[in-house]
Amino acid sequence: MFNTASTTPEKILQMLSALLLFAAVMGVILFIAGRFGGKKGDRIVAYLYLLPVLLLLAVGLVYPGLRTIYQSFFDAAGDAFIGFDNYGTIFSDADQLTVLRNTVFWVVLTPFVATAIGLVYAILVDKSRFESFAKTLIFLPMSISFVAAGVIWKFMYEYRPDQGNVKQIGLINQVIVWLGGKPVQLLIESPLNSFLLIVVMIWIQAGFAMTILSAAIKAIPDDIIEAARLDGVNAWSMFRKITLPSVQPTVVVVLTTIGIGTLKVFDIVRTMTGGNFETSVVANEFYRQTFNADNQGLGAALATLLFVLVIPIVWYNIRSLRQSEER
Amino acid sequence: MTAATPLTTTPPLVADQPTAAKIAKKRLSSPWASLAAIVLAVLWTLPTFGLLVSSFRPERAIKTTGWWTFFSNPTLTLENYRGVFGGDGSVNLASFFVNSLIICIPSVLIPVSLAALAAYAFAWMNFPGKNVLFLVIFALQIVPLQVTLIPLLEIFVNVKLTGTFWTLWLSHSTFALPLAIYLLHNFMREIPSGLIEAARVDGAGHVSIFFKVLLPLLTPALAAFGIFQFLWVWNDLLVALVFAGGGDEVAPITLQLANLSGTRGTAWQLLSAGAFVSIIVPVTVFLLLQRYFVRGLLAGSVKG
Repeated sequence: MFNTASTTPEKILQMLSALLLFAAVMGVILFIAGRFGGKKGDRIVAYLYLLPVLLLLAVGLVYPGLRTIYQSFFDAAGDAFIGFDNYGTIFSDADQLTVLRNTVFWVVLTPFVATAIGLVYAILVDKSRFESFAKTLIFLPMSISFVAAGVIWKFMYEYRPDQGNVKQIGLINQVIVWLGGKPVQLLIESPLNSFLLIVVMIWIQAGFAMTILSAAIKAIPDDIIEAARLDGVNAWSMFRKITLPSVQPTVVVVLTTIGIGTLKVFDIVRTMTGGNFETSVVANEFYRQTFNADNQGLGAALATLLFVLVIPIVWYNIRSLRQSEER
Repeated sequence: MTAATPLTTTPPLVADQPTAAKIAKKRLSSPWASLAAIVLAVLWTLPTFGLLVSSFRPERAIKTTGWWTFFSNPTLTLENYRGVFGGDGSVNLASFFVNSLIICIPSVLIPVSLAALAAYAFAWMNFPGKNVLFLVIFALQIVPLQVTLIPLLEIFVNVKLTGTFWTLWLSHSTFALPLAIYLLHNFMREIPSGLIEAARVDGAGHVSIFFKVLLPLLTPALAAFGIFQFLWVWNDLLVALVFAGGGDEVAPITLQLANLSGTRGTAWQLLSAGAFVSIIVPVTVFLLLQRYFVRGLLAGSVKG
């Protein structure tokens, strides 16, 4: 049951037995919970309900998190304590500085561009006849894996050398040729390649921004809009004075959510360039250092850095939520 | 994180009353607005469409001409799809497709059930330490997976679970819990407390309240989270790479597609078909259950 299953029937059998085991555990919990009543019993039942969750979180999330932070102060093999040296490397080594620079590009560009596009699109299609179809088109990339998205866009960026009768098969290079330019090795030229990878993330996240902002736009009270309309407000001031302030708290949530997601994305980089040609980001570098370069310490430091970078974004999010609730 | 966003997402649709956006749009000289919307929609669809068309073109055609030439010279073939299912080459996605399903089903069912119990305790029971525990679980949403992977891998090595589905089931289930508990808790708080109290007065215990009163009302919320989690697990690469990177026995289809892209990056006939085999399931689930998915997104959307 705990071995590696290699044939399909074995795999299905293992899955079913795992589910049965889980059902049995749930059954025991519910059975014991059913024995208790009254106020004192309440407490026991509550802890019983929380037990499996707390156990999993402690072993699978809290302990490993603390352990990684601890490991980040050790050397490549994980044996010798070296203080903040790994962090020193991240902020001084030329390659690592490129990684940091790219990460800044990603985290600044993706949320703002994706949110802007999502907001504009949500307004453009709002209450139009094809609204739900139009939204699905933009939203669909959200259901695709980063890996598949990487493959889709790698094909867009495909390059064929500019010689004789060789034809471009990537749409972007074909457009460049149609416009009279020479084809470019889009995924190799730095820093252009980083921006082209960011486009993929924007392509995925714009749908998320649009969906959430569209719901916020629809929640703006009608009387406000009616009043503004009677005052003869034009489109631009309607957007700036009514729409934008009304959805502003939602915009912050969308920006920060996409920001956090972007910080942790590594699939796109790995699938499209493997982090080569100066395209690596912190999340990808973590994987590369840990598994390919066998530098456990630096890998742990990069993972910890990710964690540290998330905190200000979340803090900003919570602060602006509080402010908007006070208003 | 998104406590301020309304949970119920469907404001009454009043057809005739103008919304801010509608007016903004009208004043933005409509034809230009429509044109901008169409341009964006086309830009967003073209990349996928191009690869989809390519996946049905013969290998030689894909590699020598652009997919847009297909429309002047259409030739269709299913050869590429035969190719990724073991036709002539060494590539067979079928077993990886099965792996993805085997990984996904428990990784959705386990956290949903566990989180439902925990959310019930947080929403409807009183016990010491409740607020602190809830805050801690809420805060755990922001922990990036990267931080947990290596120590978790060491644990799996110690208990000899490496190379099995258990690593993926356990880790995906654990990673999902903070968000699941938070989401389900929000939904549960929306259920009027009168219902629960009435059931208690009738002498119902926690177990029967949970199953008879709450579960039927919670189905949309469970579905919302279930889809969320399903897409997440199906589309995951990082967790699979760390825990199942070694062997083909447990690797999901995303992992195989990523490997294919790394080792045979120019085999577009395989990559195009492979990409569509890998996205057919999430896209179908998404299109059929979009309503629930949107609901889940709106109720909270920070995920490790």
